[in-house]
Amino acid sequence: MLTKRIIPCLDIKDGRTVKGINFVNIRDAGDPVELGATYAQQGADELVFLDITATTDNRKTFVSLVKEIARHVNIPFTVGGGISSVADVEPLLEAGADKVSINSAAVRNPQLIDELARAFGSQFVVLAIDARKIFNQWTVHTHGGSRPTDKKLFTWAREGQQRGAGEILFTSMDHDGTKQGFAIDPLAKLHELLSIPVIASGGAGYREHFTQAFTLGKADAALAASLFHFGELSIPDLKSYLKNNGIPIRI
Amino acid sequence: MISIIKYNAGNIRSVAFTLERLNVSYVITDNPEDIRKADKVIFPGVGEANTTMNYLKDRKLDLLIKELKQPVLGICLGMQLLCACSEENDTPCIGIFDEPVKRFQPKKNEKVPHMGWNSLTPTQSWMDTSLTDQFVYFVHSYYVPVNAYTSAITEYTQPFSAAMRKDNFFAVQFHPEKSAEAGEKILSLFLNQV
Repeated sequence: MLTKRIIPCLDIKDGRTVKGINFVNIRDAGDPVELGATYAQQGADELVFLDITATTDNRKTFVSLVKEIARHVNIPFTVGGGISSVADVEPLLEAGADKVSINSAAVRNPQLIDELARAFGSQFVVLAIDARKIFNQWTVHTHGGSRPTDKKLFTWAREGQQRGAGEILFTSMDHDGTKQGFAIDPLAKLHELLSIPVIASGGAGYREHFTQAFTLGKADAALAASLFHFGELSIPDLKSYLKNNGIPIRI
Repeated sequence: MISIIKYNAGNIRSVAFTLERLNVSYVITDNPEDIRKADKVIFPGVGEANTTMNYLKDRKLDLLIKELKQPVLGICLGMQLLCACSEENDTPCIGIFDEPVKRFQPKKNEKVPHMGWNSLTPTQSWMDTSLTDQFVYFVHSYYVPVNAYTSAITEYTQPFSAAMRKDNFFAVQFHPEKSAEAGEKILSLFLNQV
């Protein structure tokens, strides 16, 4: 049976994981390679590494980091942050990344999705969408959620699928950081609309939230960051809880 | 020595890193002599069938692979290309396994691509029974139906071939190089047991 995926997300700045990671039994919590390998060992199903600085200067650091991750991590991982062309993606894939996530650049230039899918296959292309409800409309935002656009979540997700995205990573900005649970209604609607997998992101606070994302929200995967990084919820605990609650999970 | 066939496949680097983690020495090569004289050959694969077959044909690697006598392991698209033909852009393939490669038809709760961790049911000895219900990582939109060569079955929309074997040719639809300890175990079986 195909299982639901649990995905820790790591923010990377200058080749290091961003502040505030408080992790038991790890030598250097700032080292993305060690942290990633630890999560893999604990049973994470995939990892996401986001280069949050993503300037040209930092690009080379990030590419060599991706290579080190690929060397040490034995599960699939996605990399993202500042990707705006096929040329940006080539060194990342060559370094061993399994997928890339694109966000602002795809909104600016939707053709980018087609180009990446054609060059590397749909399975490489994760379309990340940050959205917030404005006047009852789920409105897509770019630049780390700081800029509203004229795109709406559901039409944009559909367009992304049609252009060749292999997965949608949907972050509800209204839920992100609240620890009140994932945005269930839009997740369920995305599931209805799309034939590609959907990753839920934003709002995870308790184990129950993951159950809701998978059952009510019909998500294929769920992503969280601080919850795992701060040791508030461990991946083995979460996964055995989900399994005991009848969710298909890899243990 | 293990030879990994060098061509335009997306996962060569990951396969190589996994061999390093297993302390196995390898070469990544498209040199026919190096491939022919290797103890074992790994034929990785991520990409589109037609483009990839054309790439192999241009370099006559398709003919070379067909004639190999040592154990050969096809991974993902590598497994599909060892079949007779693929529905992906109607591509004639290498033809070790006289079986077709078909496209998954999405169902309401079963999306395409089949992406993520799914369980194995071994049916033939090289995929030993300790692998029963072990999870491995899949990413694919095309599949090989269950057939006489099937060595492990996975279910998605229907049962399909997760692994196959014919003589010295072994093949897996999933990515052992991305399947944590279970994947490393399967690669070790190929490297040490067959």
